[in-house]
Amino acid sequence: MPLLSLRNLSVTFDTASGPFKAVDGVDITVEPGEVLGIVGESGSGKSVAMLGLMGLLPPSATVTADEIAFEGRDMRQMSGRERRKIIGNEVAMIFQEPMSSLNPCFTVGYQIKEALKAHTDLDRKARQARAIELMNAVGIPEPERRLSAFPHQMSGGMSQRVMIAMATACKPKLLIADEPTTALDVTIQAQILDLLLDLQKERGMAMILITHDMGVIAETAERVVVQYAGQQVERQPVATLFDQPHHPYTSALLAAIPERSSGARLPTIPGVVPGQGDRPDGCLFNPRCPKADDRCRTIVPPRQPAALGEALCHYPLNHPAQVSAA
Amino acid sequence: MNAIVTAKDVSQVYEVRRGMFAKPLGLKAVKDASFSVEEGETLAIVGESGCGKSTLARMLTMIETPSEGSLTIDGITITGDNPGDVKKLRSTVQIVFQNPYGALNPRQKVGSILEEPLKINTKLSSAERRQKAEQALAEVGLRPEHYGRYPHMFSGGQRQRIAIARAIILEPKILVLDEPVSALDVSIQAQILNLLADLQERLGLTYIFISHDLSVVKHVADRVMVMYLGRPVEIAPVEALYANPLHPYTRALLSATPATDPKSKGQRIRLTGELPSPISPPPGCSFNPRCPYANDRCRSERPELTQHGPTRVACFAVEEGRIEMAA
Repeated sequence: MPLLSLRNLSVTFDTASGPFKAVDGVDITVEPGEVLGIVGESGSGKSVAMLGLMGLLPPSATVTADEIAFEGRDMRQMSGRERRKIIGNEVAMIFQEPMSSLNPCFTVGYQIKEALKAHTDLDRKARQARAIELMNAVGIPEPERRLSAFPHQMSGGMSQRVMIAMATACKPKLLIADEPTTALDVTIQAQILDLLLDLQKERGMAMILITHDMGVIAETAERVVVQYAGQQVERQPVATLFDQPHHPYTSALLAAIPERSSGARLPTIPGVVPGQGDRPDGCLFNPRCPKADDRCRTIVPPRQPAALGEALCHYPLNHPAQVSAA
Repeated sequence: MNAIVTAKDVSQVYEVRRGMFAKPLGLKAVKDASFSVEEGETLAIVGESGCGKSTLARMLTMIETPSEGSLTIDGITITGDNPGDVKKLRSTVQIVFQNPYGALNPRQKVGSILEEPLKINTKLSSAERRQKAEQALAEVGLRPEHYGRYPHMFSGGQRQRIAIARAIILEPKILVLDEPVSALDVSIQAQILNLLADLQERLGLTYIFISHDLSVVKHVADRVMVMYLGRPVEIAPVEALYANPLHPYTRALLSATPATDPKSKGQRIRLTGELPSPISPPPGCSFNPRCPYANDRCRSERPELTQHGPTRVACFAVEEGRIEMAA
């Protein structure tokens, strides 16, 4: 049984200019202990889908799905009270900006212990001991002293460690990390990614890593979902995704990375991600796709089989038959 | 080749107040930076936050004057006491900032954003200004009808194009690019990098490209200067730096950059700890608390930049041969 199973999850926002579908029919399955990467540019709906799962969206958002199941329990039918037993306890989330995710008015120790208080029945002493243990586990030096520090007294990397300590306080089975290292420097990014992967292996925790950085995906994820304009355009294991992308968007995205190009000019994707008002007919990527034809402009593309990366495309690239023939 | 920018022992010290009666502390944001930039080349300045790269950019664009040392730009020397002929230099050096959302006035139309530098620095008539602005728009791949629009009507990539148009409208010789693509998505980033390469070719610009992203730097730079805690620690041609990084910090920085290849699970150099506070830098080499090669000399003496092949590096471990070299 998968740990988390989402089928046909959509999120629609009510805006002044009509409904806007930010996430459109997303399917996600996470097995216990695996690392799933979700990659996409801004506006691809990668964060919104996860916020929808966590119930963190504003009231203007409507979340619909055919299935939202955590360990086989249907979360759509649950009362708020039951839901909150899972959210924050068995499923935890960390965010991009550690500085703004922590409350500046309370010490970090208070904030870590608050999570323990809400989800466990430890007494005050046991919570203190557990908080020190957690601070140690995420590599914060002098945890006893640091517990009484305020967020502004800590650096970005340290704050993110505190966020990780808080998120892992109740030994979650699934950790959703939404751009956990984007705001950090590269050497600190490497430390935080190593820490997350160590915790994940040690505890057999599953992780969903949301990022826009293909490098981070390549180093951490096992399976990758590529999102574009709210849709999942490709799903593949990480090794084959980088060698044989099947969707033209994935292929163009990989080609645009400076590190992978050799020429003086980078291959680019013309245009921008479509916004609310200019969603094209047919395939959402067609205005920017070099291979688009009339079929792409009128007919919504089908989901290809797994051998073709489950690409959402009429003409997937790197067809296995062609690859073996060549 | 002749140097268009020469920096000699440039330092910038900020005063940090600690309270009403306490003596203010000197925060050395940049300390004894010496380097030169050749005409027409791209010098990349890399380093993590707090290393002084943006302070350097502010001095190069004369937003601030250096508190010590001298800066010679296009034959004009600026020091802390003698700001030089800054007015003339303003049209020689222009800057593009990281965040295109914050760098454009939301109440000004694109046209007046672009014409403002012309109004201040030239005596062109309004018709001539308009023509120049439209020319600059075309230069950066925008259309003339964008002249009358407001910044909020543009996407991030387009706004960065407007910022670049504003920077090139005075026909500068030097463009300081302070993290010009780090707020942009990968696909947009590639468009802007290509635009910058085109402009450099067409207009013969000299770029000082400030970035923390080593894969972008590898693509754009001719030479790279790595900074740590306000000081340059390694200056090298781009090929040499990536093939054979010498300074332990450069090595760590390169190995910490995630490779976009899932099969290259290379050995990562783990740096422990974080950047020390620039108010009280450690004695000796400022990198010594995080350096795996540090010995007693590193903890007491400060290394100077010395020549090693094509590279200039400030490290005792390299000097003494205590560090293994890549073949």
